[in-house]
Amino acid sequence: MATGMGPVFDGISHFGLSPEDFLPVIAVGFFAGLRGPAHSRMSLGAVTLSWFAGGLAAMAGFALPDLALSSLTAALFMLIGILLAANIGLPTALCAFLGASLGLVRGMADLSGVEESVAHTLSLLGMTASVFAVFAIAASLTIPLKRLWIIVAARVGGSWIAALGLLLVGWIVRYGAFTR
Amino acid sequence: MKRIDSSSLATTALLALLAAALPTDAVAHILKGESIGFFSGFEHPISGLDHVIAMVAVGLWGAQLGMPAIWVLPVTFPLVMACGGFLGLIGVPLPGSEIAIALSGVCLGAAVLLELRPPLWMAGILVGIFGLFHGYAHGSELPPGQNALLYSLGFVLATGLLHATGIAIGLIHRWQWGQLALRGAGAFVLCGGMFFLWGALS
Repeated sequence: MATGMGPVFDGISHFGLSPEDFLPVIAVGFFAGLRGPAHSRMSLGAVTLSWFAGGLAAMAGFALPDLALSSLTAALFMLIGILLAANIGLPTALCAFLGASLGLVRGMADLSGVEESVAHTLSLLGMTASVFAVFAIAASLTIPLKRLWIIVAARVGGSWIAALGLLLVGWIVRYGAFTR
Repeated sequence: MKRIDSSSLATTALLALLAAALPTDAVAHILKGESIGFFSGFEHPISGLDHVIAMVAVGLWGAQLGMPAIWVLPVTFPLVMACGGFLGLIGVPLPGSEIAIALSGVCLGAAVLLELRPPLWMAGILVGIFGLFHGYAHGSELPPGQNALLYSLGFVLATGLLHATGIAIGLIHRWQWGQLALRGAGAFVLCGGMFFLWGALS
């Protein structure tokens, strides 16, 4: 994604225009927010750092194959969606692990096949900053208010994310890895 | 709840029947090669009146049933619909999907018309079964598109918005005239379902 405004903004716009990136981040943010501030703080750090680490690993040539990244993305969509839709209680560490898994997979998927360079690292930095901001906003929407309609909206959104994940699995079974 | 006047109910049902007679053909559809990207996916659930009336009816029924059905049914539907979509995608045969889609209009319309109040689990199963067939119709036509996620996102979002439309309309249930109007809408859906069922069977 070339915005003409430099690699940091390229990374930000890549994240903003990639539903496979921002949708699960919002969903995990909602889920962590529903669980409370401790979950949100831990998950925020985990998802942001692991996204950056995943991107760096991919640039260093340690990315998983496309099919594995697609399958893991679909599985994470389903898992996060079901957890959010069912509003399941999860220990803080597991919630952070979920965020870390998402960050690692998506960071790796976004930067796989990309050569290591300062520009790409800056792009990854912009992407990671977006992850931080979007997660924080999503979690903050559900932490303080606890109004019924917000919880219901978040859970309905979770069911949609889970549905997307299941459809992506079907897509992979039929056609192989989907477009990153 | 006050009793609804039977003559008013009959008039509303008659008007709904006349309105349902307006469409000229059955549009329960399995189209081919139309879908690449978000807008194609978004277009699919709203391009067939058989899908539209059933999904709006889910929202209407949920609104009639009140909490927690008002959100449990719209949560159940897309999840089971995705299961149907999955079956369609991997090529599992599911005969009679067109008939089941038409039947969903009949059953959900009748539920709204009669303001049926089954246990929540039963309503969830009923909605889920129909969701499976609706999803199958979507999934069986998903082509090797350029972006699987955007197509899927489009049709899940469109389905959710149709439910939300039904729920929004269903909020009139708090008024006496609203209850009557909702039953009229149920009659409309019922007639629509029967029309599509006729088309699917013939």
